[in-house]
Amino acid sequence: MLRILGKIQRIGIVTEPLPKLDEPALTEIGEQLKARIGEQFGGSLAIREVDAGSCNGCELEIQALNNPYYGIERFGVHFVASPRHADMLLVTGPVSRHMEAALRRTYDATPEPRLVIAAGECGANGGEFGTSYASCGAVSNVVPVDAVIRGCPPTPLALMRGILEAVGRRSS
Amino acid sequence: MTPRDQLAPFLHHLADVGLRVEARASPGLAPAQLILVQPGDWSRLGHEAKAWGCRWVAGWGEDVGEGMGETIRINACFEKAGAYLVARTAVPRAAPVLSSHTASYPGADRPERHIRDMLGVVFSDHPDARRWTRHQAWEDSEFPLRRDFPAAGRPQAQTPADYQYNFLLAQGSGVHEIPVGPVHAGIIEPGHFRFQAVGETVLKLEERLGYTHKGIEKIAEGRDAEGLARLAGRVSGDSTVAHAWGACMAMEKAAGLEVPPRAVWLRALMCERERVANHVGDIGAMLNDIAFAFGFTQFARLREEWQRVSREVFGHRFMMDCIVPGGVAADLDARFIAPMRDEAGALRKQIGRLMAIINDLPSVADRVRGAGVLKPEYAKALGCVGYVGRASGMDFDVRRDAPYPPYDGLTVKVPLHHYGDINARARTRLEEIAASFDLIEALLAGLPAGPIRVGWMHPAAGAEGLGLIEGWRGEILSFVRFGADGRIARFFPRDPSWTTWPALELLIHDNIVPDFPVCNKSVNGSYSGHDL
Repeated sequence: MLRILGKIQRIGIVTEPLPKLDEPALTEIGEQLKARIGEQFGGSLAIREVDAGSCNGCELEIQALNNPYYGIERFGVHFVASPRHADMLLVTGPVSRHMEAALRRTYDATPEPRLVIAAGECGANGGEFGTSYASCGAVSNVVPVDAVIRGCPPTPLALMRGILEAVGRRSS
Repeated sequence: MTPRDQLAPFLHHLADVGLRVEARASPGLAPAQLILVQPGDWSRLGHEAKAWGCRWVAGWGEDVGEGMGETIRINACFEKAGAYLVARTAVPRAAPVLSSHTASYPGADRPERHIRDMLGVVFSDHPDARRWTRHQAWEDSEFPLRRDFPAAGRPQAQTPADYQYNFLLAQGSGVHEIPVGPVHAGIIEPGHFRFQAVGETVLKLEERLGYTHKGIEKIAEGRDAEGLARLAGRVSGDSTVAHAWGACMAMEKAAGLEVPPRAVWLRALMCERERVANHVGDIGAMLNDIAFAFGFTQFARLREEWQRVSREVFGHRFMMDCIVPGGVAADLDARFIAPMRDEAGALRKQIGRLMAIINDLPSVADRVRGAGVLKPEYAKALGCVGYVGRASGMDFDVRRDAPYPPYDGLTVKVPLHHYGDINARARTRLEEIAASFDLIEALLAGLPAGPIRVGWMHPAAGAEGLGLIEGWRGEILSFVRFGADGRIARFFPRDPSWTTWPALELLIHDNIVPDFPVCNKSVNGSYSGHDL
């Protein structure tokens, strides 16, 4: 136990503005997000992530939002296990035809008012997979979408910015 | 003796037992040897290959279409001691019936059902008549990989949820069924698990996959080489480097194209970085699944730092689209070489310190030792590759046993364990991380100068190529055939997950349901790479 505490103390808090990459500071976006979530969601935005057929690239970057660098929970965002608990669906695609019914059911199970974000190129427009016998393409071909986050996959920062924009759009 | 020479005795043996086997030259398939087999001998071939100690690697079909005899070709790939054999037969499209390899090789079960769903080939003595890849998106009389099936298909306005798939049911006092998925509780891929349990103990797990089927094999048709490399890079996003390399290797062999040494060294550098990133992330995720938040956070931190360097050096956090036909998309700036070497050394130390802490904790050992045991005989029967196989006694790594440049000139340390539990898989992965650090240091130290890409040349229509790559999950097989004008006629990527998903059903037996997440993560099959 002492060694765990020692390690925690030595590493300290690594959470910081992103270095080197000339992107706007993470904390700046995060603080705006926190403020909006404070105004509109009582301080807590619950997201249900739905992989509707993705290659898993988007999922890795969405998972990264929970790593200590991004630590998205500190801005009031948390990922929940059930659509019943969710304010927002974060859907990655393309929507495979085999996931189409599951996505509709997940959407129906999410209480209104609900926000839907299509994340990644495939979720936004079908990406490399497009529309075919096996793929419905964009998420908006299956359920109503409020906002899209482009990128293959979108970086964690792009995801945060996209969530911020979607929340902001709702207030306008 | 080269690996290929080891096949000669087997081919003689096949002739001795009366199989009509014809060896054919196909340079694009090298180092694999191509043999043509009579359809009536197909299951006997499987039987003899098993008796000879061969591993069943993959099976795939090809609708050869008009003017070539109206046949459907079926291929099966075998491997023994690094020597690969591609056996090929053909059945008439009008009556596509063939005997099965599943009786000899349980690992052929789902691949043969996939071929049946996609091409309509009936494996007459297959023990399982249920569909596999097909849910409700197309009719059972339609076969998407047939030439006459349009890529757009004939979809209904809304595709219904899958139904009438007969799961095995357990019966008896206290037995209950737990359906899980396709939408899972975490931020992970979709699939369905059907547990039969008594109390918390799992009697039987049955997987139902295919939810992320995106028609990859079909929409590959008609693409140019660069388009196929992009698609291959999205077969499984966590293996983007390995799958892009596999597809490019197959296309380059079909074209007879020699890739410059610097390009293959850079490919290997990216592939080892991908291996480290995934293993580091998964060790953390396994610790998360046993509720050890400290370990999860630390490994998530290390993975993030590693990915940021990938972005800085190669321009993408997963190095997507960095491998292109004929080479790599961008060169490595010399100023990154020393920092990358230091980075590997620093991460090696960090992991060492963390593991010293984690190894000390009985609460971790209690969850990972003796849980999720994949017995070596099961791993062998299923032909498990990668760390899942190597944690259960399957001593195989393409980089060492069928080495391709640049690994043919490097030493690849391959860990091997036999106990097959979660702990063995975690140890194997930690040792693979260490081996990758050695390789990264060697690759950076010896990086040859020269061009990073050669111009692409369209192969002749009909040219075929085979890529064999050790991705982070294990052996990837990638088959490509070109049609006219340098367009793809057939693409088949076999992700190693095909060999490890069935293993999960076996290793969870008699474990408790709450241990399923960590058991699953210790295997970490790709849904997308499997469902295609």
